[in-house]
Amino acid sequence: MNRFLDSDVFYAFRTSPVAIVSLIVTVLMVLAAVFAPLIATTNPFDPASLNLMNGFTAPMEPNAFTGESFFLGTDDQGRDVFSTILYGLRISLFVGVAAVMLAMVIGIFLGLLSGYVGGWTETIIMRAADVQLTFPSILVAMLIFGVAKGVTPVEYRDQMAIWVLILAIGLSDWVQFARVVRGATLVEKSKDYVAAARLIGRSPLTIMIRHILPNVLSPVLVIATISLALAIIAEATLSFLGVGAPATQPSLGTLIRIGQGFLFSGEWWILLFPACTLLVLALAVNLLGDWLRDALNPRLR
Amino acid sequence: MLSFIVKRVGQSVLVLLVTGLVAFSMFTFVGDPIDNMLGQERTMEDVERLRAQLGLDKPFVVQYFRFLEQAAQGNFGISYRQGRPVAEILMERAPATLELAAVSGVLAIVMGIGLGVFTAIRRNGVAANLIMSISLIGVSLPTFLIGILLIYLFSVELGWLPSFGRGETVHIGGWSTGFLTESGLKALILPAITLGLYQMTLIMRLVRSEMLEVLRQDYIRFARARGLGDRVVNFRHALKNTMVPVITVIGLQLGSIIAFAIITETVFQWPGVGLLFINAIQFVDIPVMAAYLMLISVMFVAINLLVDILYAMIDPRLRAAS
Repeated sequence: MNRFLDSDVFYAFRTSPVAIVSLIVTVLMVLAAVFAPLIATTNPFDPASLNLMNGFTAPMEPNAFTGESFFLGTDDQGRDVFSTILYGLRISLFVGVAAVMLAMVIGIFLGLLSGYVGGWTETIIMRAADVQLTFPSILVAMLIFGVAKGVTPVEYRDQMAIWVLILAIGLSDWVQFARVVRGATLVEKSKDYVAAARLIGRSPLTIMIRHILPNVLSPVLVIATISLALAIIAEATLSFLGVGAPATQPSLGTLIRIGQGFLFSGEWWILLFPACTLLVLALAVNLLGDWLRDALNPRLR
Repeated sequence: MLSFIVKRVGQSVLVLLVTGLVAFSMFTFVGDPIDNMLGQERTMEDVERLRAQLGLDKPFVVQYFRFLEQAAQGNFGISYRQGRPVAEILMERAPATLELAAVSGVLAIVMGIGLGVFTAIRRNGVAANLIMSISLIGVSLPTFLIGILLIYLFSVELGWLPSFGRGETVHIGGWSTGFLTESGLKALILPAITLGLYQMTLIMRLVRSEMLEVLRQDYIRFARARGLGDRVVNFRHALKNTMVPVITVIGLQLGSIIAFAIITETVFQWPGVGLLFINAIQFVDIPVMAAYLMLISVMFVAINLLVDILYAMIDPRLRAAS
């Protein structure tokens, strides 16, 4: 612990107000998402707790029929906007984190493999990466979502949507990880400790995972943070377009999609608050990733 | 040079074959087309006859090559949802997307280069710093939120511009254009800004950093020492030398404009190809999805190929490396 407090990275963190603020915001958001059932005033997806009469209540104003008042107002079905945002945040963060994890696992594995084994394996993997990189990742994610949706039976589509979304965003985002890990593996491969491990008869798989992997992780961490911001925005975009989280399990993007419908009739709060939450979350994670990249890469300082 | 081009073209063809395979396998993955075409009351003979008629009894590879052959001739089958040939629907929708993409592309290039030069020359000025800060927010703001924000400001609050659709269009031959009517032009403004903004900030930041790099060079100092005016030094000497990377990025961004048009078209209910694609995903309309995939991959591969070849022509080192 003391070693960490003395380290360069912690010093860079302590002296950067942007990093401190964005970390606090991110942590608060994550806590709010994790403890959503405890913080939220109602469970917006429990029909028993809803009262249709409460629909379209403006923020901080008592409802005309029931007299109840809501911190951030209610939507058309009387759901408390504050609670739906908490639950939406939960789904957005879950999908984002899970998708990045998936991309990370695939990318690290294929990167290690192509860097360590080389030859045809490397050519095929890196060519595939190049091909995927020529398409914008949001487009790739849409296509994967479309195909996966078609494959799942109709009755499971809504339930599976979240998992399909994770799969789509994860598969659209592995290339960055694979490229960086491959580059780092190529450097590590020629070092003495790898030769030593090979001499004592360790299997290639053990060498890759036990010996090389720990030494290539720091750039992976940076990419993971930046990817998280991108994955959250990608998820919101897909859900907003109606090809992501369904209305029964709304993420922030779905809430914005729902809110857009009320923009013209003057119920601005249904749209504004989820949009602001998404914006703050994406910005905080983005800034954190930028800072981490600079801090872990002293050459850029 | 020739061997480089041949190699790159070969790679591109391979990429197209692979995406074609992906597009084609969507049909086989997702249900049996026979189920879609014949109703409940069918006999085994009906099924067999239709299967033979459609060539579905042939091996996978044969079917795949038939698909490629048809696709190359522009025949993508019939939309499950609209019951019309996909090629016809695409042709009808293409002008809307192309006009939107063209306008926002020009907007992004002109404004991006202009603002990039401005922020590089006045890099300590208040206005330049303000533009840079705003651009940072612009990069992290998702496209669809920019669209909604513009709709709220200019359609809901001010009521100046329409919030959806293309306005009135004029048909010239097979092309429907919104450029010739007032409502068409008005409807174009908000979507074009939404779509172009991200590319604009990208180009602006690139031009700025390249300009700053070039302005530091000795020949610029020498040009100033010779007593040349600011305008000549900044534009004739500096800007000209930043153009190689800028043109590359612009080339590669062309494809992204078409892809990101999907989002803008959905926000503004713009009747283009992107909106068609999103609806196809929502309703699992495989022929439309496959056709869109093929179309966009041909476009992306062609753009990448052109940029690579241009690059190799400009920079001989790349030819040697490959």
